[in-house]
Amino acid sequence: MNDLHNLSVKALANLLQTKEVSAVEVATRFLARMGGNPHNAFLDIDSEATLAQARASDAKLANGTAGPLEGVPVAHKDVFVTQDFATTAGSKILSGYRSPFDATVVQRLRTAGMVTLGKLNCDEFAMGSANENSAYGAVQNPWDTTRVPGGSSGGSAAAVAAGLAPAATGTDTGGSIRQPASFCGITGIKPTYGRASRYGMIAYASSLDQAGPMARTAEDCALLLSAMCGPDADRDSTSLDVPAEDFTASLGADLKGLRIGIPQEFFGEGLHADVRAAVDAALAELTKQGATLVPISLPRTELSIPVYYIIAPAEASSNLSRFDGVKFGHRAKDYTDLESMYKKSRAEGFGSEVKRRIMTGTYVLSHGYYDAYYLQAQKIRRMIADDFQNAFKQCDVIAGPVAPSVAWKLGENANDPVADYLADIFTLPASLAGLPGMSVPAGFGAHGMPVGLQLIGNYFKEAQLLNVAHRLQQATDFHLRKPEGI
Amino acid sequence: MSLTPQDIDRIANLARLELKPEESERMLAQINGFFGIVNAMQAVDTSGVQPLAHPVAAIQDIALRLREDVVSEPNNREANQRSAPAVERGLFLVPKVIE
Repeated sequence: MNDLHNLSVKALANLLQTKEVSAVEVATRFLARMGGNPHNAFLDIDSEATLAQARASDAKLANGTAGPLEGVPVAHKDVFVTQDFATTAGSKILSGYRSPFDATVVQRLRTAGMVTLGKLNCDEFAMGSANENSAYGAVQNPWDTTRVPGGSSGGSAAAVAAGLAPAATGTDTGGSIRQPASFCGITGIKPTYGRASRYGMIAYASSLDQAGPMARTAEDCALLLSAMCGPDADRDSTSLDVPAEDFTASLGADLKGLRIGIPQEFFGEGLHADVRAAVDAALAELTKQGATLVPISLPRTELSIPVYYIIAPAEASSNLSRFDGVKFGHRAKDYTDLESMYKKSRAEGFGSEVKRRIMTGTYVLSHGYYDAYYLQAQKIRRMIADDFQNAFKQCDVIAGPVAPSVAWKLGENANDPVADYLADIFTLPASLAGLPGMSVPAGFGAHGMPVGLQLIGNYFKEAQLLNVAHRLQQATDFHLRKPEGI
Repeated sequence: MSLTPQDIDRIANLARLELKPEESERMLAQINGFFGIVNAMQAVDTSGVQPLAHPVAAIQDIALRLREDVVSEPNNREANQRSAPAVERGLFLVPKVIE
């Protein structure tokens, strides 16, 4: 059973249910692979905590009370608070923090039987597109360790791609599940805003943040997403009263008659030729299966960059005001009074990208600027959401690239934050509209790096997206390819 | 529109961030660089458009829910204070505020 780390969530779940392997055996195998923390993917590993969960799963498997994913390991992005592991959100300000409770998503996956392998590296407070903003060091892309894994869920994507975990959780505010999934050649989905509870997910931009699964296959993502979603009425006021769904139920349905909208704005001159070639080939495969391509327009695609980078920092500046060195987190050693304690604690605890976004957000919310920036951005946000509804009159799903290029070199954009912002152009529109979006491996581009196909669905159409991805994966093997030596 | 060093000082104070001089300088250049891409937003005619807060409100009415006003959390003081920087007799300690 030396290849356990190459099995899908589904295959592992079957082996566990039929007792061909035990949860402890599976956990032990992954913990061994995690030794030495390859690619700097993990921020907290605690074998004892993992094995204790695995033993509890084995007991349930033995006495017939097992959940559907009992004993299958999962690793959580470090923005989900956990009782059994430290939670830092990739920030120095939360170094060593222990949450008194588990995030709803963590708890739901545990109830389904999943065993936590540890906590995954990410950009500080999920602010970044390359995982280079983590206070605990960058994550390497397993396909080329001199390149970024994408961000902000870079540790999640690298861990799955490198066979350190069969699946991981991520969060997506402006593309933080889809873009790293694309850069690392795995599958990831962000559901409709409000589907998954934000309780215990350390807030970055509350009106955009959504949790979702990352794994090798669409089927595995469907299994995790089914366990993660559902109303959390008393804990999250933005959680929607939409019942949990079995997202695997319609996998395999044929694509005859499916209309795929192709937004012209996603295929302009900013898109690199290698990415375009892979995306076109994936679309050709889908048409071979009976889908038709429909040209559409999302005219405010470019505007989504300023709109997002006003709304998200504004909400971040408010959310991050809780880090003041009083109830939890870092407190400066030398200060003169309460105000200087706040200022020094925050100055020492936050990294530069986080400070930049807090500053931008504070400015656009300050007296005299609110209407011109935050309110104007929220109005254009509605226009962007309306553009999608117009587009969905002509098509069932929308497809295009996830990012303009393959993963770039570590350090390449280090002194130019705006360069990273511009690379988010294709993921931001669906985030602003709160629509479900996913990335599916579509092939390889320059330097042999993976390319993802982005699929965007209408509200609550996750099952349809997952089916399109699943059908693509029945006909291609890009999701099964692995970096050398894995 | 361009921010000045005084704007940066004012915002840093509002945000309760102590910035070193070289940090303020870099921040000024970077934030002004960023506002270069924000200007495109100002040209959009949004008259009559309602701001969108919960994105799903684009297709249906969304009312933020209130839960019943009942005690639902047990006393968990010890766990809640486990990560606090300074605690004494169950209280969070801060520097003296009132002389």
